[in-house]
Amino acid sequence: MAMRHSVVLDVKRCRGCTTCIKCCPTEAIRVRGRVATILPDRCIDCGSCIHICPHKAIRSVGDSLERLQDYQYCVALPEPALYGQFHHLDNVDIVLNALLKIGFHKVFEVARAAEIISDYERQWITSGRPKPSPQISSSCPTVLRLIRMRFPKLIGHVACTVLPMELAAILARREAERETGLPPEKIGVFAIVPCSSKVTAARAPEGLRSPVLDGAFAIRDIYLRLLGPMRELEAEEMRPLSSAGIIGLGWATCGGESAARLMERCAPVDGIENVIHMLEEIEDGRLPEADFLELSACTQGCVGGCFNVENPYAAKLRLKGMTKYLPVSRSRFHPDGAEGELVRRDKELQYLPTFVLDQDQGVAFSKLLQIQELEDHLPGLHCGSCGAPSCHAFAEDVVLGRASEDDCIFKMRERMRSMAGSKEEADDYLPPPFRRRQNTPG
Amino acid sequence: METIKLVYPVEGGDLIEAGEASSKMKLTLKKLGLPQDVIRRASICMYEGEINMVIHADGGQAEVEVAPDQIVIRMRDTGPGIPDVAQAMQEGFSTAGQTARELGFGAGMGLPNMKRYSDEMAIDTEVGKGTTVTVKINIA
Repeated sequence: MAMRHSVVLDVKRCRGCTTCIKCCPTEAIRVRGRVATILPDRCIDCGSCIHICPHKAIRSVGDSLERLQDYQYCVALPEPALYGQFHHLDNVDIVLNALLKIGFHKVFEVARAAEIISDYERQWITSGRPKPSPQISSSCPTVLRLIRMRFPKLIGHVACTVLPMELAAILARREAERETGLPPEKIGVFAIVPCSSKVTAARAPEGLRSPVLDGAFAIRDIYLRLLGPMRELEAEEMRPLSSAGIIGLGWATCGGESAARLMERCAPVDGIENVIHMLEEIEDGRLPEADFLELSACTQGCVGGCFNVENPYAAKLRLKGMTKYLPVSRSRFHPDGAEGELVRRDKELQYLPTFVLDQDQGVAFSKLLQIQELEDHLPGLHCGSCGAPSCHAFAEDVVLGRASEDDCIFKMRERMRSMAGSKEEADDYLPPPFRRRQNTPG
Repeated sequence: METIKLVYPVEGGDLIEAGEASSKMKLTLKKLGLPQDVIRRASICMYEGEINMVIHADGGQAEVEVAPDQIVIRMRDTGPGIPDVAQAMQEGFSTAGQTARELGFGAGMGLPNMKRYSDEMAIDTEVGKGTTVTVKINIA
């Protein structure tokens, strides 16, 4: 399945420095011709490369705000992480009213949909109906893709609920249709999101047969436009729009979704490497006491996404301050109401065998043997000169036809030496890590 | 068809690092596209074996052979050996020390779990010389 990624490379800025290749948790980046290239099947839109690139060459782009012109009536779905970006903000209504001044006609908080999902889960838990143990949160699309690629055994543990922004989109479009009488295609529904993976999810949802959003804008792109209108809002034009409570806003930080589950033993985990580690443990059944795992690819949860303006800890602090006078929750799930079936995915998560060397097990065996054989003869320096993140990844690339053995400068040098007929292994030609002599630096 | 050999050294005395080898093996088995259940059972056996070697034997070596129809895991150490194998196989029996227990190990489920999750298991041990635990997992 081709995914429409939102992580893109600015070719003019990239110097092919290979910094990014090593930080990628799925080894999805190779450097070719002085430029980083992303293997699209492997990218999970986690944004690690965006954070680490020293030249700001890898970026993620949200949809262009010009998209608002394509619709007669536009609905904004702000993710709660947006509220954490502003200094001295004590009232969510200021943000929501300002959104109505920059081209949106209606606002539907993603936090409100999150509360409906939380209530749905709580009702399920208290009803005593069977559920997987532990259950894994379905709220981070990067984690969903990671599980589909690398932890297929855990697919059955993933909660059946859609992303809050997806539920918000469905409910908001219905409301807008009712309020305006417009046909659905004249209504544009746009999420305002903290990370690249939600832009991708808006285009190609993990758990829905067809997209329910018309696009997703980056918090960063909306932020500057909001500052002016937020300052200029007059008290009398402020409408009470806020419709979420502590639980809804809590979803912006890792631990918020867990807090809403009340009675359960939950493990909130943030940061993609930690998430991978935890999934390994769960896969082997090593955390039997956990009822629920809240997994966020970004540091501190959605407030750590690459589209945020503020650092995750500051945003978390501000969100906490904002919840001070809010009710715990302001939306409920009504099994017989409009959201009845909408909270659930309408498509099963499918295994993506991206890492399998070959569909034919016999061929996979012989490929792995070739990889091992080649890797044994590589320097193990993981220097990145070949453009791959490690000697192992390089060996895999060679066997899978993505690289040639001569792309390793050490292999190349060996070959040249043997062509020149030289038998002597001159120490002086070796880079410091390989020299026999101990000359300590400094 | 050929057999794939994987060798992982297991550091002794460092419970924090224990489990690394089974994680690495798991990733390799996934690349082969083996059935998920087989991978899970193999990594549980390997994990338990690793913990045992770290707690009781100051480390050792894990050798894995993957053939198309079977995975053989051999956990080899030169530790104190097991004086009474039958007793060691009992659920809940453990000789683990205080440190290991504080970390949540030493529940006496290591060997019983390896037995439970494998298709065949053999313990070759000599007091004062060392222990080799071999488990076989059939690939259906």
